[in-house]
Amino acid sequence: MLKTFPKGGVHPHENKLTSSKAIKKLPIPKFVYVPVSQHIGIPSTIVVERKEKVEIGQVIAKSGGYVSSNIHSPVAGTVTKLDKIIDSSGYKKQCIVIRTDAKNSSNYKEVEFPLKEKIELSPGEILQQITDCGIVGLGGATFPSHVKLIIKEDKKIDYLIINGVECEPYLTADHRLMLEKANEIIVGIKILMSALHVKKVVIGIENNKKDAVAVFKKLLDKKDGIQIAALRVKYPQGSEKQLIKAILKREVPKNGLPLDVGVIVHNVGTVFAIYEAVQYNKPLVERVVTVTGKKLKNPSNYWVKIGTPVKDLIAEVGGLPEGTRKIVNGGPMMGVAIKNTDIPVTKGTSGILVISEEEASRKRVENCIRCGECVFVCPMGLEPFLLMNLSEKGHYDRASIEDITTCIECGSCSYVCPSNRPLLDYIRFGKNIVKKLETVKN
Amino acid sequence: MITESVLYSVLLLTLLGGTAAAILYFVSKKFYVYENPLIAEVEDILPAANCAGCGSPGCKAFAEKLVNTEDISDLFCPVGGNDVMKLVAELLGKEVAEKDPTVAVMRCQGSCDVRPKTTEYQGPKSCAISAMIYSGETDCQYGCLGDGDCVIACKFDAMYMDKNTGLPVIITDKCTSCGACVEACPRDIIEMRPKNKRDLKIFVSCMNEDKGGIAKRACEVACIGCSKCDDICPKDAITMVNNLAYIDPVLCTLCRKCVPVCPTHSIIETNFPPPKVKNKKKVKENVKPLKSKSDA
Repeated sequence: MLKTFPKGGVHPHENKLTSSKAIKKLPIPKFVYVPVSQHIGIPSTIVVERKEKVEIGQVIAKSGGYVSSNIHSPVAGTVTKLDKIIDSSGYKKQCIVIRTDAKNSSNYKEVEFPLKEKIELSPGEILQQITDCGIVGLGGATFPSHVKLIIKEDKKIDYLIINGVECEPYLTADHRLMLEKANEIIVGIKILMSALHVKKVVIGIENNKKDAVAVFKKLLDKKDGIQIAALRVKYPQGSEKQLIKAILKREVPKNGLPLDVGVIVHNVGTVFAIYEAVQYNKPLVERVVTVTGKKLKNPSNYWVKIGTPVKDLIAEVGGLPEGTRKIVNGGPMMGVAIKNTDIPVTKGTSGILVISEEEASRKRVENCIRCGECVFVCPMGLEPFLLMNLSEKGHYDRASIEDITTCIECGSCSYVCPSNRPLLDYIRFGKNIVKKLETVKN
Repeated sequence: MITESVLYSVLLLTLLGGTAAAILYFVSKKFYVYENPLIAEVEDILPAANCAGCGSPGCKAFAEKLVNTEDISDLFCPVGGNDVMKLVAELLGKEVAEKDPTVAVMRCQGSCDVRPKTTEYQGPKSCAISAMIYSGETDCQYGCLGDGDCVIACKFDAMYMDKNTGLPVIITDKCTSCGACVEACPRDIIEMRPKNKRDLKIFVSCMNEDKGGIAKRACEVACIGCSKCDDICPKDAITMVNNLAYIDPVLCTLCRKCVPVCPTHSIIETNFPPPKVKNKKKVKENVKPLKSKSDA
């Protein structure tokens, strides 16, 4: 019996259309639009000026505080504008627009880095390197990685979990990365082990990626202390709390962090970025993006420069098919629909999903029939129907008592509701207000 | 037999009633809570709308606050206005501040025909939720979302959604300036402005902070930040912040000079009499009937 988290969860159609497609390099775009707020926390401060020439990997925006991150130029070129541009949040945000230098094409010649296994840096230097290179969590939450590596003295870490679950339907970015860069990821894990002084590591992979599990099993020695855990396919297993519960049977306390139970979780994409940053001093300027959709001619996985507009990606897979209704940044469960195709790929973009007319429309909302499906599938053990009603009616005190803030916004409740009720929309709204009220109180 | 049963039941009920009355009398004496009789009197004066426009949760709470605080010059009932506050002041023997009556104004004219829709929103019909997800169905991220949170918030039926424009309309006669709509709007579009004489108002009906070109592309009647109104204003009542003009209601003398210069007609005047027709224009007026005929 494969491991999984015990409470709740759903199993949507996997639709992993691109799992057999190797990651290709996307041609370098003419313009890149780099938002200064690509991570959770304080936006970075711009350090370049208009008309300034920038090199590939040059810092163009400096970290704005402790929970913040550096942003580097993904291309060599000239800064043409510092303007506000719509990003995936749907609002205009500060952006650095860089025109790539066509003449100086040798500048961005792609270098294939050979595998480098020997770790030369000390733990302190590794941490500095990760901070400087602007590494953030590439699983989707984009939490600055260096913050996760600084551990207070009173906390003890005994397990490092590598998240290769990728429970979102359609997305295959992490899957392909694990197949193609398994050696590098293992070196990356060893780097993290030495930085965190951890002896035990578990790589969690869902069992629909049997090839990835096999690749890692072949490569790993038992002496290393790195284990593979094949997990039953269930959404939202990629969520930190659910993953820890599934692998180690430890429960992260309410409003707590994995640190509280002695665990650190990193995504495989992040581990690969850390490998490149530490061994080759390469900042985070590109990431794997799955461009997918049932009607697309040629869905595939790409190495994409941060700041590439989504339209370039769509052009590469053969243009928008007829009857496209929605383009989603991320997977179908957690992703957000984007306003237009000019928005740029950021550090948190794991996929671009093109949805057709018949799949995209919301169905008519009916009355709650009290079937309890939402309570049954909620992985956090909440009562979504109640939380929705409370935030709809504005009873925020009661919603706070019912732990609305522990919702991980996975959307399982909205997915199963037979009455098509917009549970997550209201819960997310109530959660935001309760959080605001709590900060005012404190 | 009949007289006997009537007698018994009357006796029993009298006894029961008497006992209950005795218990109630005892309880009411024992657990009596003193309440200042002024509170009830003040509450009678207040409009009993329970709108919370004053900041207290209801009229009773506001009455308690009025009676119990020494200096009530900060407290004001927007629904009752100066008349009610004067009565309260007389009753309590305290001084109240006098405030000009205000009324809510909608600062967006982005109806469907001037502000083209670029996306479609299918989620729950609530401005607060759609504002959380993205910037709205049009390219203007400052304007009205049109889901009517303000109309739901209004407890006085002073607002309704105009189906043709998709924008809320404020019925100024019914508006009590309680401020519920101002709080409900996630975009801060609704503003409380002084009612003035005969409800004369001049205000910039736009919230768009984008640069001129972008704003104009998103909405035909957007403020493009040209500052023509700022230049012409004789009283310096107009300020330009982030490509957006704002008319200070205190400094504005309602001279209406700014209204015709606005190239996008985003400055609105309400309830002014139609402009007086000068002699020269009378000739033109004669032509008008012909025009309307051709239109018809």
